[in-house]
Amino acid sequence: MNWIVEPLQYPFMQRALIEVAIIGALCGLIGSFVVLRGLAFIGDALAHAVFPGVVLSYVAGRSILIGAFIFGSLTAIGIGFLSRSRRVSEDSAIGVIFAAFFALGVVILSRQGGFRQDLGSLLFGNILGVSTADVWATLIVSLIVALITLALLKEFTLIAFDATMARAAGYPVFALDILLLLLVSATIVVSLQTVGNILILALVVTPPAAARLLTDRLSVMIVTSVGIAIGSGIVGLYISFHAATAAGATIVLTATTAFLICLVFAPNHGLLAGYLARRSGRHHAHHFHANEEVRVD
Amino acid sequence: MTSIETTPALEIRNLSASYGANTALIGIEASIPRGVVVGLVGPNGSGKSTLLKTIAGVIRPDRGSIRVAGQPIRTRATRVAFVPQREEVNWDFPVTARDVVLMGRYRAVGWLRWPGREDRRRAEEALARLGLEGMGNRHISQFSGGQQQRVFLARAMVQEPEIVLLDEPFTGIDIHNREVFHEAIQEFARAGITVLIATHDLAEVQSTTDYVMCLNRRMVAFGPTATTYTPENLRATFGGQVAVFENAS
Repeated sequence: MNWIVEPLQYPFMQRALIEVAIIGALCGLIGSFVVLRGLAFIGDALAHAVFPGVVLSYVAGRSILIGAFIFGSLTAIGIGFLSRSRRVSEDSAIGVIFAAFFALGVVILSRQGGFRQDLGSLLFGNILGVSTADVWATLIVSLIVALITLALLKEFTLIAFDATMARAAGYPVFALDILLLLLVSATIVVSLQTVGNILILALVVTPPAAARLLTDRLSVMIVTSVGIAIGSGIVGLYISFHAATAAGATIVLTATTAFLICLVFAPNHGLLAGYLARRSGRHHAHHFHANEEVRVD
Repeated sequence: MTSIETTPALEIRNLSASYGANTALIGIEASIPRGVVVGLVGPNGSGKSTLLKTIAGVIRPDRGSIRVAGQPIRTRATRVAFVPQREEVNWDFPVTARDVVLMGRYRAVGWLRWPGREDRRRAEEALARLGLEGMGNRHISQFSGGQQQRVFLARAMVQEPEIVLLDEPFTGIDIHNREVFHEAIQEFARAGITVLIATHDLAEVQSTTDYVMCLNRRMVAFGPTATTYTPENLRATFGGQVAVFENAS
């Protein structure tokens, strides 16, 4: 019991726990679409591309959110247009740009004193250092992002599943794609302080990937993903407190552990279920064999 | 054939389109009445899919225009339904058959609202009409190929479209499913809906379509199947690749 209560005596831990719960909920929600749309690489690109914005705000003594938002939005829009014109190979173009942005951030930072220490906290986050104002900012941004996402849940789902049909039915698919990228970008930006640039992608991708293994229903997947993300955040933070390990990285490894447990033990999609089904001679539930077609009429 | 109104359901004028490095379509011209079934035939890479996706609004034409019921496609909420090729569907996506069919109602339901009881009833009805009664709760990967195609056909039904586009719907599908499909397509046509089918199945075009478009990047021929689906046109479309059935008439 003391294991749970003791850290709560420290105000920095209270703030960190609230922060990580908010971020977890947000990443679990937005991450579901990142996973379903196959945007992991683009998410990573966004996380790197905001770095110069973070550094410039930091150097100017402003909240890193401001610079990160500006760079994140520009990159999101840039990537949207890039993937529209199919003339350049999308992957390479995004790779070239985000690496360049990231390098630019490091170069700017290297002109400052105390370079190594600052770089560390910017790259890996500083969840234990969040202020009450940071928590409020995170809460407000998260509420806005979550509200927009939930309001457009059916449109985002349709486009993720079948963009051609969405376009044919008259939906403004391009505008909605840009909006989704902006929401992903905002999610990454507010999460930076928790786990930093390098590890943020893990928090966005791992919980929904684990949740997908547990269910075939999108609504259940989103709720489960949010749950896993919040759980990993809180459990990871506790472990890091007691084991004196880096908070962000411990949170990520906790989420990874949850994923691995799902991968092995998930009832239908898990490795163990698949193995047992093969051993008992039954077919895996999701392989329908042509010659087994059920005549229903 | 069903009644033909003065405004064509689909009017394509001097259309050229390209899709990345894929097929370029050049100079497509067609005026297609309401309530007819149109077969798109041509060899692989002849631009059948490109044409369907241009009509769907996914690919921007390089030149020319497309009008649906007299309206340019990009200026209004076009009521076009699209049944994708099997390979283009993400069968791992976490949706049930009912979820997929309900997607056909999203546009009618509108922004910021969710499908209601009436939408659900229509979805069940469409599933039942295609012989998938009581299977709405199954994940889409748990159906056979033919059943999966029927789920998408049910989605097109509840969308109440003006035009239905079917991209290679018969690939790998058995005879029973073909029959269900052709019945559904005839039902669309009777309801005044125009159906375009890209197909490799040359033998069935003769008996199941009203119009045919022979495509090989350029439009080789377009017109009523009876007069257009001729050995000469097929030879011109496929070159030497096809054994033309000479006594087709």
